Amino acid sequence: MTRAELVVMLPFIMLAATPVAVMLAITLRRDYRVCTALTLLGLVLALAMLPVTLSQSSRESTALFIVDDYAVFYMGLLLATAIVLALLSYRYLKVQTGDREEFWILLLLATLGSSVLVASRHFASLFLGLEILSVSLYALIGYQRTREIAVEAAIKYLVLAAVSTAFLLFGMALVYGEIGSMEFAQIAALRSHLGDAERAFFIAGLALIVVGAGYKLAVVPFHMWAADVYEGAPAPVTALVATMSKGGMFALLLRFFTQIGFRADDALFWIFTAVAIASMLAGNLLALLQNNVKRILAYSSIAHLGYLLTAFIASGSLAVTAVTFYLVAYVVASAGAFGVLIALSGPERDADRIEDYRGLFWSRPWLAGVLTAMLLSLAGIPLTAGFVGKFYLVAAGAQTSLWALVIILVTTSIIGLFYYLRIIVAMFSQPAEEGTGIAVRQVLAPPEAAALVVVTSLAVWLSVYPSPLLHIIPKLVH
Amino acid sequence: MILTCLIVAIFGGGILAWISSRWGQWWPRWISLGVLSASLITLIALWIKYFGRAGVASRGPWLIEIDRAWIPQLGIHFHLAMDGLSLMFLVLTNFVGIIAVAASWSSVKERVGFFHFNLLWILAAIMGVFVAVDLFLFYFFWEMMLVPLYFLIGIWGYENRTYASIKFFLFTQAGGVLMLVGILGLYFVHGRATGVYTFNYSELLGTPMAEWTARWLMLGFLAAFAIKLPVVPLHTWLPDAHTQAPTAGSVILAGLVLKAGAYGMIRFLVPLFPDAALDFQTIAMAIAVVSILYGAVLAFAQTDIKRLVAYTSVSHMGFVLLGIFAWNEIALQGAVMIMLAHALSTGALFIIVGDLQQRIHTRDISQMEGLWATIPKMSGLALFFAVASLGLPGLGNFVGEFLVVLGAFQSNLPLAVLATLGLIFSAVYSLWMVQAVFQGPNTHQWKLPDMSLREAAILLSMAGALIWFGLYPKTVLSTVKDSIHNLQQSVSNSQTQMPSATLPLGDTPAGAQGPSDSGGTK
Repeated sequence: MTRAELVVMLPFIMLAATPVAVMLAITLRRDYRVCTALTLLGLVLALAMLPVTLSQSSRESTALFIVDDYAVFYMGLLLATAIVLALLSYRYLKVQTGDREEFWILLLLATLGSSVLVASRHFASLFLGLEILSVSLYALIGYQRTREIAVEAAIKYLVLAAVSTAFLLFGMALVYGEIGSMEFAQIAALRSHLGDAERAFFIAGLALIVVGAGYKLAVVPFHMWAADVYEGAPAPVTALVATMSKGGMFALLLRFFTQIGFRADDALFWIFTAVAIASMLAGNLLALLQNNVKRILAYSSIAHLGYLLTAFIASGSLAVTAVTFYLVAYVVASAGAFGVLIALSGPERDADRIEDYRGLFWSRPWLAGVLTAMLLSLAGIPLTAGFVGKFYLVAAGAQTSLWALVIILVTTSIIGLFYYLRIIVAMFSQPAEEGTGIAVRQVLAPPEAAALVVVTSLAVWLSVYPSPLLHIIPKLVH
Repeated sequence: MILTCLIVAIFGGGILAWISSRWGQWWPRWISLGVLSASLITLIALWIKYFGRAGVASRGPWLIEIDRAWIPQLGIHFHLAMDGLSLMFLVLTNFVGIIAVAASWSSVKERVGFFHFNLLWILAAIMGVFVAVDLFLFYFFWEMMLVPLYFLIGIWGYENRTYASIKFFLFTQAGGVLMLVGILGLYFVHGRATGVYTFNYSELLGTPMAEWTARWLMLGFLAAFAIKLPVVPLHTWLPDAHTQAPTAGSVILAGLVLKAGAYGMIRFLVPLFPDAALDFQTIAMAIAVVSILYGAVLAFAQTDIKRLVAYTSVSHMGFVLLGIFAWNEIALQGAVMIMLAHALSTGALFIIVGDLQQRIHTRDISQMEGLWATIPKMSGLALFFAVASLGLPGLGNFVGEFLVVLGAFQSNLPLAVLATLGLIFSAVYSLWMVQAVFQGPNTHQWKLPDMSLREAAILLSMAGALIWFGLYPKTVLSTVKDSIHNLQQSVSNSQTQMPSATLPLGDTPAGAQGPSDSGGTK
């Protein structure tokens, strides 16, 4: 490993060193504040090291990693999300019983895992990143081990993630068997030399990889775990699953399949199309049946992944911009929406029932305003980032004339509006009795407030003045 | 620049009104009134300045224009432009806005700040709709009016407000996203044909495209506009939303939101897809006649007075649709005239209904009867607006409906004859309403306070405007004449034959005067 390669790896080294530091700090003295400070420091330093990697001429490090502009952008997004989530979790964890410090170690590991994903250019690093992410998620989901529902969710996630890993490995093995390499670039270069029989195995391998990735993204038909895990996991972890885990995985998928040019194979095209349509329909329709805010957001997130896949399938010149912008908008809106949910949750349970939000606008106008803005952003209403994002998705679909997908996208998004409105209606309706409910009793801590302000202003800013971001994104892929 | 300032001022006024509510509930009211009045005065000054001077050749189509790059990656511009047609609707928006603020002066007591915030944001977004000439920007404003309107209905509405507000939101949003698909389809079709990817309205005019492409894209636009207008069978959100909305909400819905749909058809739908629109002409006019008659019949069948007024809107908007798709100058001028007059007459009826409900706490017609005995002034004005709405000569609505039917005669005789039946129907339901509510013996022994000075001022100003439009429609007609001429020109340029445009009256310079004179005297 040369010096340059080491410099490129600095953010990862930072992310790997911080959990060790936190662990050491815990052995010395269990201090929640110190551990929090260390975590935030590590994340901020890792974020600060990203520009350093930009200065290197060669951005590849060993055969495993490539910290190109694309990876740096997504790592920036993931690290910023991790910082926001850490700020949001601070008070939430503080009021919980039991040991809280290990949460930070797991959060840092999850961030490391998803960062590795977006920077990998080799099946080995892909698998490594995915496992670091998954293993820390098993523990995070079941972190409140006294709550039955959390343990159930953790086991469910464990089983399904293990299954998905098996699919993924098998798929990788098939691809390796035919191509003889696990590097993305090699796969892209050698695939055209495959004969018909070899091609069949190669495509089967890719399809299995899609299945494995599909589990992580919770797209239909691999979505069964999503609602239960969202509901059972502590609110900050749910936010993490919704943003970092899915965001990292999707960024990887985008890189891998764009690089190997999946549009060349009809089979893959139809698989993705079917998954996208099923996700949009099932996600939105099933969300209508839910009465739990976390479950609603789980199904809505399934639908959002379907929207993203639509632009991904389009793969025209607008596709990468559309997917990336929408992913940013989605991460911002999800972080904000879960942020409010976290801020309202108390030590006994999370504020995940719709009744918890009844009359919220009159008792906690700012929080209700933030949640309204975030839900409207998810629904794609103007003056929120989601509006520009959805506009881009439809544009990407229209560019390559995928009219059926586009029509399904817009019609299902109207269904989607209905369940977002249900939550908004609850917030703006008259409270049943003043001063009751879990929501009004929680006091907003400064870190939470800061995170929510940042996220909300970002959501509005991206809608009013999106051009800087739109200017950067096309440069990420050459 | 002045257009941006006006819209930004109203957005800003909304925020200020919300913040100011912590100092007392009079602040939001006065701030809203002040901002809207200032904006109205500016617009009237512009109107006077450009009146009769909106020369086609010298200035290009626009009187005022601002164009800045906004999202250059997609060729999206912050591009506002105003011609006579937009000016007319801007004036209307601010006038109706002031009326709406005044009408809720004493009836809205809760969360006054947030109420006025929503009110002003709706108005600003609607103003944006009327002046945006970049399709993305248009869509942006178009969608932006939904959320505050949704809150207005959902928070300050009547008993069934949640249902009505959600229904309204879903219907209009459904139309909106279909229009989005249409806009993007047009964008790429134009880009592929010419190599220029733009959302600029003037450049998109005359985009060459295949017959079926044009039809599908037009349907996308039509979905949004027809739902907003509304057109039977897409009208079902309207009675609920109008009935459940607070008075200010009903006034804005009837006076402005529906007009945004009609404006969209005149400005965008027909000029962008002239051939497809022409193919669709007969169907659209038939739907218009169905709307006219169906709306009138349903209005007659209502027992809730506010619902009755709401259904009359469906009927009147049928005339607007008829006029738009007849697509000749006379019919278009008539359609614009109906829109303005309908905004005032129906708005006033909603205000009267609101005032009544505030006094007797019901909208059930059977509970009313004989109110003339106790509130003669208000009843008199109600009679005035009812006959205005049925199209009494001398008032604005008559001019509009007359012109529309006159124009429609030239383009489709049987449908025009059927539409004329609507005029008779409207006489039936309007007079029936007056009879059932205000005349007869005061069986329920109502003793009510008559109009306050504020209520009288609101209604009299609206009545004055209606009389003005009725007696001297030229003020309006010559303001919009050039715009309509331009729109027609752009349509006939892009198509070889346009049968309905070959009107002898339309091409002469006195085209606007001819029908308006006959409108005033017959």
